[in-house]
Amino acid sequence: MNKSQTERIIDAIWRIESPKLIAGLTHMVRDVGLAEDLAQDALVIALEKWPVAGIPDNPGAWLMITAKRRAIDLLRRKKRLDEKYEEYGRGAALYSEQDLASVIEDEIEDDLLRLIFMTCHPVLSQEARVALTLRLLGGLTTDEIARAFLTAESTIAQRIVRAKKTLRTKQIPFEVPVGDELKERLSTVLEVIYLMFNEGYSATVGENWIRPLLCQEALRLGRMLAEIAPGEPEVHGLAALMEFQSSRLKARVGVDGDPVLLMDQNRARWDHLLIRRGLDALERIRQLGRPFGPYALQAAISACHAQARTPSETDWPRIAALYEALFRLMPSPVVELNRAVAVSRAFGPEFGLQIVDELNEEASLKEYHLLPSVRADLLFKLGRFAEARKEFERAAALTRNMRERELLMKRAAECT
Amino acid sequence: MRFMMIVKATTDSEAGEKPSEELLEAMLRYNEELAKAGVLLAADGLQPSSSGVRISYPEPGGKPKIVDGPFTEAKEIIAGYTLIEVKSREEAIQWVLRMPDPHGKGQGEIELRQIFEPEELSVNEETRAKIKGQFGL
Repeated sequence: MNKSQTERIIDAIWRIESPKLIAGLTHMVRDVGLAEDLAQDALVIALEKWPVAGIPDNPGAWLMITAKRRAIDLLRRKKRLDEKYEEYGRGAALYSEQDLASVIEDEIEDDLLRLIFMTCHPVLSQEARVALTLRLLGGLTTDEIARAFLTAESTIAQRIVRAKKTLRTKQIPFEVPVGDELKERLSTVLEVIYLMFNEGYSATVGENWIRPLLCQEALRLGRMLAEIAPGEPEVHGLAALMEFQSSRLKARVGVDGDPVLLMDQNRARWDHLLIRRGLDALERIRQLGRPFGPYALQAAISACHAQARTPSETDWPRIAALYEALFRLMPSPVVELNRAVAVSRAFGPEFGLQIVDELNEEASLKEYHLLPSVRADLLFKLGRFAEARKEFERAAALTRNMRERELLMKRAAECT
Repeated sequence: MRFMMIVKATTDSEAGEKPSEELLEAMLRYNEELAKAGVLLAADGLQPSSSGVRISYPEPGGKPKIVDGPFTEAKEIIAGYTLIEVKSREEAIQWVLRMPDPHGKGQGEIELRQIFEPEELSVNEETRAKIKGQFGL
């Protein structure tokens, strides 16, 4: 085995093991920065020893033991945490590799969950949360994160260093919050993962091949979270939503690189394995028997599209009802506009238009080109062409996307 | 990138013998580990080839030939598969190495194969775009 091959293997092992290592070490030393350093130290030792001695049978346990030994040395030297040191020092002397492996497995789920809550803590800026989560839980290098965000590596590195320091100085606890705080903090965690996903998702239109890394990584973290916190409906909701959206990734871009809208996509190109995974995740929410949250509702809407073999088979009444439920949880004019479209498809354009007309007064939608665009389409369907034309022109003036403007002008011209 | 771990059939699996409780538990634990790392896409076991059908085309342009199972050569038959999505080939191999010996009696064999992405089927820009535009890929 040559050197670079061993290094690639060690990279792979690092990717698999580092979240667990860092989580376990954070449990011990209560400092993510220090935990990461210790884990990295163990990695460096592995890079020296493994090419000569061969890769151990249980590399994860090897790394953990090595890192914990270093942690104990460190604690001993610093003499700061006398009690802690004694407690862990005593335990560690008894560990054999096998014992340790089983100890690790039992604790690790909790530790990973705590680590996610820590890296997504509201005390950090959103950018810092994303970078730190990708780094500590995804095992990505700063270089990879920087490329995914089209940012300089030094910026990302600094962001991560500062984030770790903030967690230390503000003494953010390594724990899963309980009660109301759990709900609040969990929504921050989900937000960070979804933000990551959307960064990659919106960039997949266009020829940037690096950004999908963010989609994949977010989806992996979402799946991971669903496995380590299986009792939370919204965790499955977000996982399901990302599975459904990912299932359409390949159909969203046409041969010429243009975005293809949902209703025009070639459904044969949807990934049915991912659709099935999304449906399974929704089923898990149903089994929990708790009400659907915003992510679960959005996933349920996505599922309606995913299950329709042709656009005409779409269950619009159900989608309209789901949007209504979503609006109750998350009152937003954009949700209402989406409901209007679903209502018009389900019950006729006149009912959709009623909802849209009420939104016309909404100040936050003044500059939003989709409002006049939807209104125009409904007026067109009702045969009110003169009004439709005006609305298409208004929408064309508001959109910043050239191709969309062309399309809207074309439709305006058809209003006779 | 996606990989398929293909578990090869053995004389036992072809005879329809169920795996031991111990092995089954180890496999379940392994699948759980894959799921907890967020890399598991799907995993299934296949029924013995005695319930399978083979369709072949012995003559170019001719009619397909249909043959009922069982088929010979256990090693050439698939008994199950696990689909994973990982960042590198090495990562996929590391995961395969963690799978329990799927037979435990000297016949266990796992084959690892990468799944094609449309981008990888051709180095030609134009052909790639065409592949992307086609069904299924």
